[in-house]
Amino acid sequence: MAEVVLESVSKRFGNDLALEDVSLTVPDGSFVVLLGPTGAGKTTTLRMVSGLDVPDSGTVAIGGRPMAGFAPAQRDVAMVFQQYSLYPHLSVRDNLAFPLKSPVLRTPKDEIARKVAEVAEMLQISHKLDNRATALSGGEMQRVSIGRALVRDPAVFLMDEPLSSLDAKLRSDLRIELKGIQANTGATMLYVTHDQIEAMTMATHVGVLDRGRLVQFGPPREVYEEPVSIYAAGRLGQPRINVLPAGLFGGAPDRAVYIGLRPEHIAQGDGTEAIVRRVERLGDQTRLHLNLRDHDVVTVTDAHTDLTSGDTVKIRPRNPLYFGADGARIV
Amino acid sequence: MSFSVTEPARRTKIIAGILVAGYAIITLLPLVWIIATGFKSPSDAIAYPPKVFFEPSLEGYVNLFTTRTRVTDEAFAALPPPETWYDQIVRDSRMVIAGPSRYGERFLNSVIIGFGSTFLTMVLGTMAAYAFSRFRVPLKDDLMFFILSTRMMPPIAVAIPIFLMFRQLGLNDTHLGMILLYTAVNLSLSVWLLKGFIDEIPVEYEEAALIDGYTRFQAFWKVVLPQAATGIASTAIFCLIFAWNEYAFAVLLTSGTAQTAPPFIPTIICVGGKDWPAVAAGATIFLVPVMVFTILLRKHLLRGITFGAVRK
Repeated sequence: MAEVVLESVSKRFGNDLALEDVSLTVPDGSFVVLLGPTGAGKTTTLRMVSGLDVPDSGTVAIGGRPMAGFAPAQRDVAMVFQQYSLYPHLSVRDNLAFPLKSPVLRTPKDEIARKVAEVAEMLQISHKLDNRATALSGGEMQRVSIGRALVRDPAVFLMDEPLSSLDAKLRSDLRIELKGIQANTGATMLYVTHDQIEAMTMATHVGVLDRGRLVQFGPPREVYEEPVSIYAAGRLGQPRINVLPAGLFGGAPDRAVYIGLRPEHIAQGDGTEAIVRRVERLGDQTRLHLNLRDHDVVTVTDAHTDLTSGDTVKIRPRNPLYFGADGARIV
Repeated sequence: MSFSVTEPARRTKIIAGILVAGYAIITLLPLVWIIATGFKSPSDAIAYPPKVFFEPSLEGYVNLFTTRTRVTDEAFAALPPPETWYDQIVRDSRMVIAGPSRYGERFLNSVIIGFGSTFLTMVLGTMAAYAFSRFRVPLKDDLMFFILSTRMMPPIAVAIPIFLMFRQLGLNDTHLGMILLYTAVNLSLSVWLLKGFIDEIPVEYEEAALIDGYTRFQAFWKVVLPQAATGIASTAIFCLIFAWNEYAFAVLLTSGTAQTAPPFIPTIICVGGKDWPAVAAGATIFLVPVMVFTILLRKHLLRGITFGAVRK
């Protein structure tokens, strides 16, 4: 287990700037989730830590040791790849045992058997151990690839959207399982995802990347409640935050150009009139799609609401966020 | 235009079967001819019209592996009775066995040089192809083109310079010299073929192995090679076939110690008349190793040819 520190890391691929001056500290034993759309630099950040790519400038340190010149094998990191990357010529068992058999670890045979069995049990793939890695479903492959990381006890786990191709049930099971493993072992985890539930439930810290820059880093609640920009605010929250012209409700600060309203930050009953466009009943909650002076607004309401499309409701902001013309937060 | 996959009509199947059978007969006929001739007696072998049915004889094979002399009638009559079946066959033509022929050695030379150069080509070719496929090599395209360009001239065009160089280096008529030569000729094709195969293997597997605690070379050995087995097998067959069949350089550069079978087989003709059955027997035996090698690797060969050819 170790702390991971990136300092002013920049990386270019040809003319594309993948990372620009990223400084990030992953505290020992923390679970850091990187958020951002495709191309924001999430995977590149993982590859910098793993040593698969080397920064053009800046430094990476794991457990206080600068990693410049260290091959991936010497860094004691485990990585789960988005494309699974299972060894197609090996069985599931051999895939799981592969890191343990490496010249770095040289694990004794009985120890390998014990660990492989343990991890297979946890990931519910015990019955598939003798299958070829290519004779698995997508979800099974992804579990094997997670297992290949979990058999080890590395300084840091790097996970690139490890749950993205699992079905909902398994995904929520594994989410809890992974969080449990991380909490119990005190493992340091750097985790990339698109899924905001994963970010909110598993992370001790969330890092928001925007076109190669780390724009915000902090506990998930903080990033959710105090986003530094419209972009950061849009990374968390489902349905997404509503961004409207600041003048729509009045009471905005001088420099504010936009007002950001999370769906739950809209009070009903008084204020500005809006027309109900669509009612989505999700069971535990109901989403209202409103039209407010030609702007689309999504909010949540009581699960058993009587509203139907065409009705009129009055809404007003509650704890709004204000942003300037450049999208930066105005406090 | 749309295509649909349906069971072809019975008539279509029959016509297709006849066409395929006809093609097979045409391609296999020379092979059958060679094998049959090997078992004919010398007079049957040159009979006209050709004999399809004949009394099989092992004379060709015996002649292939022996040298024989003609002796005077008195000496022939004074010989003790033949000790073995092959003595008997030779006596039937009123000759006696003088000793073994050199076919065995020549055949062994072919095996050593053919498989040796194929092995060396595969070792060097796979590593070069891997480097070209995975690393940023300066002037990569130019180097790849240079490698290909070594095959643009017919190899025999450089025969004289190679002959002179080999003489200087003492490589004339040596196994090592022939192995190096065939390796040099085969390398360009094999680097190109193998690079295609290795390009098809996603780089993520090696990256996973690097993270799993393996060095670059171990990742290459444990992850890339097993997946490239198909391509390596089919490339190896191409290389072996070239080295095995090569005639021109073999004639020029080998005469004694390292002579391979191809230049030796025609020399059989001159020993005691036109001995076609012995030539055919030599050719038949010469076919066997490549046939066995190809059959052993045939599963890979078919998959390999299609697999490597398709680009994403």
